[in-house]
Amino acid sequence: MVVKILDVVIAGLLMGGLYALIAMGLSLQYGVARVLNISHGEFMMLGAFITWLLYSAFGVNPLVSLAICGPVAFIIGFLLHRTLFTRLRISSASAGAYEGSSMLAAFGLLFIIQNIALAIWGANVRAYSYLGFGVNLGGALFAANRLVTLGFAVLIGLGFYTFLARTRLGKAIRAAAQDSATAGLMGVNINKVLALCFGFGALMAGFAGTLISMCYPIDANMGLGYTIIAIIVVALGGLGSIPGSFIGGFILGLIGSIVTYIEPGLSLAAYYLLFMLLLIVRPKGILGK
Amino acid sequence: MDITKVTSKRLFLPGIIFFFLAVLALFYPLYAPAYYVIQLTAIFMYIVLTMSWVIFSGPTGYISLAPAAFFGVGIYTSAVLGKALSLPIVICAGGLVSFCLALLVGALTLRLRGIYFAIFTFGLVELIKQLLLYWEINITHTRGRFVILVSNNTIYYVMLAILAILLITAYIIRRSKYGLALQSIGEDEEAAAHTGINITALKTVIFAVSAIFIGATGAIMATRWTYIDPYIAFNPLFSFMPVLMAIFGGMGQFYGPIIGATIFAYLEEVLITRFPYYYMLIFGLILIISILFLPNGLVGLLQKWRKGDLAKQDENP
Repeated sequence: MVVKILDVVIAGLLMGGLYALIAMGLSLQYGVARVLNISHGEFMMLGAFITWLLYSAFGVNPLVSLAICGPVAFIIGFLLHRTLFTRLRISSASAGAYEGSSMLAAFGLLFIIQNIALAIWGANVRAYSYLGFGVNLGGALFAANRLVTLGFAVLIGLGFYTFLARTRLGKAIRAAAQDSATAGLMGVNINKVLALCFGFGALMAGFAGTLISMCYPIDANMGLGYTIIAIIVVALGGLGSIPGSFIGGFILGLIGSIVTYIEPGLSLAAYYLLFMLLLIVRPKGILGK
Repeated sequence: MDITKVTSKRLFLPGIIFFFLAVLALFYPLYAPAYYVIQLTAIFMYIVLTMSWVIFSGPTGYISLAPAAFFGVGIYTSAVLGKALSLPIVICAGGLVSFCLALLVGALTLRLRGIYFAIFTFGLVELIKQLLLYWEINITHTRGRFVILVSNNTIYYVMLAILAILLITAYIIRRSKYGLALQSIGEDEEAAAHTGINITALKTVIFAVSAIFIGATGAIMATRWTYIDPYIAFNPLFSFMPVLMAIFGGMGQFYGPIIGATIFAYLEEVLITRFPYYYMLIFGLILIISILFLPNGLVGLLQKWRKGDLAKQDENP
């Protein structure tokens, strides 16, 4: 029984680390850049497919791909924000109008990226095995790649948190998160900072994609499901809060793991239900201001 | 959005055009080949989805991604009741069930501002889909259902009737004090509340009324597919299509969404047969382009040209 509980809890934490990483990216994009990026999961899917391609075609170690996928996603995200979203932001009448139209534009991006991937790789499920051997954690057995994933997720999260807290650019991002107009008046190059934030969000998604491809089978349609999970985690943890993303990620991971243990068919439904209840009861999230 | 600029002076010409179109539509199936009847039915379906979306979301600015939920509920009502009850009752039931769902959702969520409402409604579609899937796999042990068949012409005439009732309803709401109230909610919700509008009640009721038509459409269109399952019925595309069509057509004028829906429904028909893989890709591109360059839609573009012409006339009398 104890082993069973440990099994469920650790599985939840392992999943939660990934959720936190995806959510952190979305939290940056929505909390600071004000773009509810529905195509967030597509960046992740791209990361996963690039990793898979490099590994299966050239035998590149997935941990090396981490250093490729992240920057690639960052560049795509940065350029997208500079061209598409900045233009939208300037032409929008109000902040609310911008949120609506940027979300719809992100839906457009979702369709574009997803269908390019479908055209190239088809709808087949792909997988490769990397660090697949088991590790014994107090009687419960887990694949090593999932532990590595959790380790990297926490490492990336901590690294980014330090970056936000300690550097000048981090300070500019935090200022923009609080009030982008005022931050602009204080000399922050707001278009650049927002584009960087969007790029950083995509970077996290790229990282997450690589990590996910190490543990789970991937397919071109996987993006939206993860985006929705990210949205739920962000709503759970509070917008723009990195510790919130981690707490939310672990909570959702645990809930998912518990529900899956009781009734596997209902885990997605449980996520949505939790999310909708949360929106009604406490839309600000746990750590939201 | 200049919704207030609807003038009654120029109603005469549109009235005649509308009348001719109505007569044409009424006798169309008697002379046209079956394929074109089916195609026109699909266009009607998209116009209904888009117009009902616009009734609520156009003036208020709330982006609802719930149409797929109402549509799916209509489809399932039709699948469940279709064998037992006659068609008109099934269609009314479809409308009624989605009315109730919308009333519930609206009462719960219309306090949510902006983007949260959009996500909530999107989550609703997925939640219903997941619960239905679970129900079918674990409790009834069946996957999907068969729907009774109805002749193409019957579907056509039912869709025409729904469309006609919807257009009249939309027009009445738009011209009534409720339309103005919705618009003022869209401009500034707090100010609207202070002028004495019961905003929650109004939003909920209009949201639910708009859902009736989507549910009824789902109930009749279900008969076109012989087999349905949760993935077919609750396809999120049915939530996005109306949004895209409305934005593309332009919500500033009554006929904007109709034009948008007609063009898109036709495009879908052409693209899906010729480029099945790239259809969604093109869909996404058009979505982004119309958001970037056509903030007021095709109608806005037309009006701009017209105004440009007028300005030229003023310059050179």
